[in-house]
Amino acid sequence: MSFVDYTKEIQVVEGKQPLRTIDDIISKPLETKPDKKFYIAISVTLTMLMFGVIGLGLTFWYGIGMWGNNNPVGWAYDIVNFVFWVGIGHAGTLISAILYLFRQKWRTGIARFAEGMTIFAVMTAGLFPLIHVGRPWLDGYLFPYPNQHSLWVNFTSPLLWDVFAVSTYLTVSLIFWYVGLIPDFASLRERTANKFKKITYSIFSLGWRFSNRHWQHYEMVYLILAGFATPLVLSVHTIVSFDFAVSILPGWHTTIFPPYFVAGAVFSGFAMVQNVLIFVRRIFNYEHIITLNTLEKMNKIMLVTGSMVGYAYAMEFFIAWYSGVQAEQFTFFNRALGPYAWAYWIMVTCNVVSPQLFWFKKIRRSIPIMFVVAVFVNVGMWFERFVIVVTSLSRDYLPSSWAYYTPTLVDAMILIGSFGFFFTWILLFTKALPVVSIAEVKAVVDGAQPSHKDH
Amino acid sequence: MSEKILYSYTGIFNSPDEIIHAAEKAVEKGYKKYDVHTPYPLHGMNSVMNLPPSKLGYIALIVGLSGALAALLTMFWISAIDYPIVIGGKPLFSFPAYVPIMFEVTVLSASIATVLAMLFFFFKLPNNAHPLNGTEYMQKVASDKYGISIQCDEKLFEEKSVIEFLKSVHAKDITPIYYDNEEINYKHKIFEPKFILFLVIAGLITSSVTYFTLNKLMFIPPFTWMMDQSRLDVQSSSVIFSDGYGMRNPVEGSIARGSLPYQFQGQPELAGEKLINPLPSTKNVLELGLKKFDIYCSPCHGFYGEGNSRLQGHFPNPPSLHSDKVRNWPDGRIFHVITDGQNIMSSHASQLNVDERWAVVNYVRVLQRAFNAKESDLQ
Repeated sequence: MSFVDYTKEIQVVEGKQPLRTIDDIISKPLETKPDKKFYIAISVTLTMLMFGVIGLGLTFWYGIGMWGNNNPVGWAYDIVNFVFWVGIGHAGTLISAILYLFRQKWRTGIARFAEGMTIFAVMTAGLFPLIHVGRPWLDGYLFPYPNQHSLWVNFTSPLLWDVFAVSTYLTVSLIFWYVGLIPDFASLRERTANKFKKITYSIFSLGWRFSNRHWQHYEMVYLILAGFATPLVLSVHTIVSFDFAVSILPGWHTTIFPPYFVAGAVFSGFAMVQNVLIFVRRIFNYEHIITLNTLEKMNKIMLVTGSMVGYAYAMEFFIAWYSGVQAEQFTFFNRALGPYAWAYWIMVTCNVVSPQLFWFKKIRRSIPIMFVVAVFVNVGMWFERFVIVVTSLSRDYLPSSWAYYTPTLVDAMILIGSFGFFFTWILLFTKALPVVSIAEVKAVVDGAQPSHKDH
Repeated sequence: MSEKILYSYTGIFNSPDEIIHAAEKAVEKGYKKYDVHTPYPLHGMNSVMNLPPSKLGYIALIVGLSGALAALLTMFWISAIDYPIVIGGKPLFSFPAYVPIMFEVTVLSASIATVLAMLFFFFKLPNNAHPLNGTEYMQKVASDKYGISIQCDEKLFEEKSVIEFLKSVHAKDITPIYYDNEEINYKHKIFEPKFILFLVIAGLITSSVTYFTLNKLMFIPPFTWMMDQSRLDVQSSSVIFSDGYGMRNPVEGSIARGSLPYQFQGQPELAGEKLINPLPSTKNVLELGLKKFDIYCSPCHGFYGEGNSRLQGHFPNPPSLHSDKVRNWPDGRIFHVITDGQNIMSSHASQLNVDERWAVVNYVRVLQRAFNAKESDLQ
């Protein structure tokens, strides 16, 4: 029987890497020409993006009547996709802020990438409310600004809270990301011989000079930002869930929504980060920086949040029964056994059953299996939002207005397009910026910190 | 200035322990203007260098709280003072609903302020012209070496003693760092041709994009502000109906809401006899009557019904409304004149609905009484 010493912290970066090698490995994708694989990948994502652009063009030209939304299902793919993508973003902030506050060193290898994904996911999510207003060129009215109509927005509406939450989230994530990038820009500036690159990196590094008088404030700012981003990330999906929970529709009007949405967001976000990282570490040879141990820890978080989501599903049913409200009880019967039962059971299988495989260490450490499970999780989490939005709306209080919602081709095109948009950004990111934080990884290499033997 | 000005002396170390040791010695020696450069933050360096704790937290606190307060006050002013609309039966100032936005504004303002304060106020960045930038020393400490730099504006600075000190702590590559003469002698020239060209191009691009957006783009479908709509407009033709007209006549015998046919057309005396004024002379009714009288009647009858038309010369003056004849008319008789017209006066039934006509009648009565007031009215 093998014996594991759990008192010793596992190395974050495997093997004792010389610091210069870390520089070399991380900046390699930026210094080499993109290879064939990159072009194939980006042509795939651009094709997907093109579907979205065509779908959006049709929508703008003919109006949102091109979508399947109709009475009584007035919200469908657009809001489902919005919540899905915002949720994907949450993993990044969790990794970069919450795990930072908990001093989880294994986050260093994946933090930069996850933060980037946060930004791209929130950008993708932001598209949907903007296009759903029908005339996206008038979206400026969403913000309270003094205008010639003397009109103001309604501050008691959760949809307005959403505007503030999502735009704050995007801004703060961008700031957090950029602050983390400054020392790396400076490292790249010192490495490169190319004049154009040197100018660009100099501009973005702001002349950073690795001074310890700066590092002190820098670490403080990082701590403060992490302290702000932590409640922020919880607030964003809470407010997104208010869009539903503040209404009086059975199936939406529940107080469990905020924690349930946050857990679900972290769950799907980790699944997406894990999926993409599996490719990144393989393609760029980051296996010893983004280690199997890191992936295993991410799988553990998926197991925890997946179980929380499963608990929330069960609790919704319990409360429906316990409340004694007929409309509420009907809604949940309808979810599990009604016309959308297929979607409900896809959701349960993918979200509740599949992550339970992660109880087994072998599965947690097997890359192909964990990849498939994470894909299932993402499918399941998309269906979760579909189930919440569509089943509740399609059968509300008034049976005479019940209707079955079917998405149109344009809906599907925009969904595909959103994936294309997201992955195009990801691909460009891998070639334009260091996808692993150089400074942070160096700091956690064995022997990088003083031994303090004389203290 | 061709002579190079010294900025500092630098030394390089290979391990974190060595640099910590060197920093300790520098503090012991009493140096104040020195700096340690490492590719990543070193644990314990703050206490070795005796750096006071960062004050950035206060900035976050102050700006965050002001942001929250500003958000609260703005929302209060907007929804309770400037644009008071009751929504969902909630009070105009509904604090619980403001909490999410207050929180978001707090986070947003505090994060932005802290980062900007750090970069531009604490660090005085951007500063690519710093003498250390672009040196070999910087290349080393940016990657895998640890460096110390002792500046020459240091009180204890003496070239020899500093070099000696660096040697005593086993620093490698001891090198002087000079200010870059090009950077020092560089003067900003506003009227540089390149800069002017940049301004011209930027101005051209901005103005042409603005022109295109406001004058062309906004009139290209689908950005047409709903001007193109596939509905039938008044008097447009349509292929749907056999007569080709888009406009439809109402079904025969249908009566528009509130437009019961007038029973006494051409029978003024009968109208005076049969019609009973349904409206009491309340303040509201009289105010409505005043308003409508001033709009529709006063152009010819004058504001007080004296027949002194503002349209003098264009229309024959109507007779005064204060004649005995009109004063003795029953209410219904006046109502009839408004509804049906009389002599050159046309019907006002399309301008005034039934209630408004009666209100005007009541107001005319008030005018008449005011012009022929009795002693008793004054009491």
